Amino acid sequence: MPLLETRRLTKRFGGLVALRDVDLAVEERTIHSVIGPNGAGKTTLFNCITGFLVPDGGDILFDGTSIAGLRPDLVARLGIARTYQNIRLFKHLTALQNVLIGLHPHLKYTLVDAIFRTPRFRRVEREAQREAEELLAFVGLAGRELTIAANLPYGDQRRLEIARALALRPRVLLLDEPTAGMNPQETQEMIDFIRMLRDQRQLTILLIEHDMKVVMTISDVVTVLDFGEKISEGTPDEVRRDPRVIEAYLGRGAASGLSQPSIVEQREAGQHGAP
Amino acid sequence: MTSRLVRRAILSGIVGGFAIWHVSLVGLVPAFAGRRLIGETITFSYVLLVAFLALTAFVAARRFPGALARVATGAVAGIVASLMMVLLSVVITHVNLRAIFLNATPELARVLRFGAADGTTGLLQTLAIGLVSGVLATLLASLPTPWPRTLVSAAFTTLLLGLLRDVVGPLLPRTITTFLYGPAGLTVQGAIVVLAVALLLFSARWFLVPQIAPAWARLPEAPRKVGSSAFLLLFLASIPLWAGLFLSNVANFVGFYILMGLGLNLVLGFAGLLDLGYVAFFAVGAYTMAVLTSPELPHGPQLSFWVALPIAIVATIISGVLIGLPVLRMRGDYLAIATLGFGEIVRLLVLSDWLKPYLGGAQGITRIARPEIGDWRIASPQSFFYLVLIACLAGWFLSIALRDSRFGRAWFAIREDEFVAQAMGINRVIGKLSAFAIGASLGGVSGALFASLVSSVVPASFSLLVSINVVALLVLGGMGSLPGVVVGALALVGLPELLREFQEYRLLVYGAILIAMMIFRPAGLLPERVHRRELEEAVEAEREVAPAEIATGRG
Repeated sequence: MPLLETRRLTKRFGGLVALRDVDLAVEERTIHSVIGPNGAGKTTLFNCITGFLVPDGGDILFDGTSIAGLRPDLVARLGIARTYQNIRLFKHLTALQNVLIGLHPHLKYTLVDAIFRTPRFRRVEREAQREAEELLAFVGLAGRELTIAANLPYGDQRRLEIARALALRPRVLLLDEPTAGMNPQETQEMIDFIRMLRDQRQLTILLIEHDMKVVMTISDVVTVLDFGEKISEGTPDEVRRDPRVIEAYLGRGAASGLSQPSIVEQREAGQHGAP
Repeated sequence: MTSRLVRRAILSGIVGGFAIWHVSLVGLVPAFAGRRLIGETITFSYVLLVAFLALTAFVAARRFPGALARVATGAVAGIVASLMMVLLSVVITHVNLRAIFLNATPELARVLRFGAADGTTGLLQTLAIGLVSGVLATLLASLPTPWPRTLVSAAFTTLLLGLLRDVVGPLLPRTITTFLYGPAGLTVQGAIVVLAVALLLFSARWFLVPQIAPAWARLPEAPRKVGSSAFLLLFLASIPLWAGLFLSNVANFVGFYILMGLGLNLVLGFAGLLDLGYVAFFAVGAYTMAVLTSPELPHGPQLSFWVALPIAIVATIISGVLIGLPVLRMRGDYLAIATLGFGEIVRLLVLSDWLKPYLGGAQGITRIARPEIGDWRIASPQSFFYLVLIACLAGWFLSIALRDSRFGRAWFAIREDEFVAQAMGINRVIGKLSAFAIGASLGGVSGALFASLVSSVVPASFSLLVSINVVALLVLGGMGSLPGVVVGALALVGLPELLREFQEYRLLVYGAILIAMMIFRPAGLLPERVHRRELEEAVEAEREVAPAEIATGRG
């Protein structure tokens, strides 16, 4: 059984159909990428899964139970964490505080405990502090605990965002363009890091990514969206050869004129060839 | 270069001159003319005028490198500003402007000439004072670092002590008082002594403390903390022993505002919800106390203070939730306007004839119970201070406990980014309502204590101005900063209470202070730790970047 599944998921914004009957099945401990041209509905899909948008049709199943229309905080507590395309940290708080906020649902003490600083409060807070420090060290931010998030370098902000998402102790991690704005070396580090998340932390990862090299390197399964519809799905190699994908990216008729594998590669070159 | 310098000096002088025109014509300068600070001659208005001249010169000169250029700029700016004073003085003497400007009296003209008779000498005297103020201000600013603030603080302290003669005088032993103070303000020898002592103390503060601080910081943290808090606590507890009736009352009012400030800080500083109707909670607390304890109302239960207090707290918590519920989805400006409305609704309800049988209408409710412990009735402002102190300490520790717990962090998250906070598993509704409810409870305690101390409540005490005061003291002290609340309350409530005669100009000064804050200290007087570090780190980053940019030939 897939861990996360959408069935005929539909979302409309007025007359615009952002998602139409999208079926998606994310298997446990896989890296599943969603790609598609701008406006294909990728982020809308994320927003539906995380509860920020209520779908107009279809269903979303997490571990077999429906989560469609569930409040975002409840979805998060079930074990679905996400990062954002444009980094959305708590900018004016320290790195440690950012991660501690991610741990919020797991800190079991009451208001009375907090006000009177009971032993339970102290113990839970001490453990939380340690766990947050470990998470920061895990993403490579040891020593930056007390730095204000806004003052971290760009790459570190991305890592901090992932550390914060990991603090939720999720089972599924939704990453929205984690390598956006990174140079080739940083991108490679992020690829290794995402693999490590799957292998060491047993996470299931749903990924939106524009960088085809990244997608083709790390994905177990790739789903292609175009104008809100799923047009292709399969392993990176299968998707790469699918004429409908090439059409979606390069326009109608392009598929017949060009050899298939090279097109995606050309795209890559166009995106990343420039220094 | 020279022409730019002169242009800037003249421009600043004109702006400074306009500022002086403004404070003169609205009546600030004439109102302060009667208040002597030092000896027979130095009045509050002269000090104010010189301060404006000095500030003009300082602002004009502060960006120029080179002491000589600065002093020259300051001198020109000072002369230009004083020239405008002279101009106003001449115009007022020869043209009757009183149909438009009530305060444009011959008396004002005399003050603008620094007391000299009308004529060339008087005008020259003003110009000379302008020149000297400008030169001195810029010279002072050119001194090496701890000196300017030492000198300015000492001078400021001396003038403040002169201003507060009626408050400070009675507290000191009679012999010292007669030596220091004349019939109004400090005597000349008193001023010299005070200035000398202040200089000594402030130089110790600014020269020695940076050297002692590292040694102090090396001491183990626990005894250091306990030591300084014990000292502070002893000082606070001693206040009623030496402070008279008047000062104790002022201290109580400052305490009420500290409590409200701490409460609003939870809502605004921590959770980022701009509540402009905070006075509603103050009113609910006060009226609950009044209704439950006063024998005046036909159906009043006439409870004791100690029974009524927890009920008042619960009532404000409920009112906090009730006000919070409908505005949950609002943010920023919309929230501010909605809460503003709620504050007014509460005031109009207690004022209404409809609820008059229950809440007393415009006459309010009197004979509210005072707290009693055994046979001891806490009625005097001095003894009441202890109650206020305990409440403030409770509010303080509550704020700290919440700040360092998951509840406080949830509020921070909501303040920073409500949507991401939800994605972190934080319940937005519970987070916001708890901020409103807990924040309200402190306002309720403040209101209940207030009602009991003054023993009566009238609707007029719960105007919009209270809400604005509380927001302003948070802004002044630094949003989210707990010591900032105390400093803000002292500055915005304590000081004006001590200077009641100038109450008319309170809002004018408020406005000026808030604008100055926005420009010079946007994070407040005592910013929250994190904000301070954010600014420091940003400066550091700039420094780190700068050499690289120079090396690559950029910028």
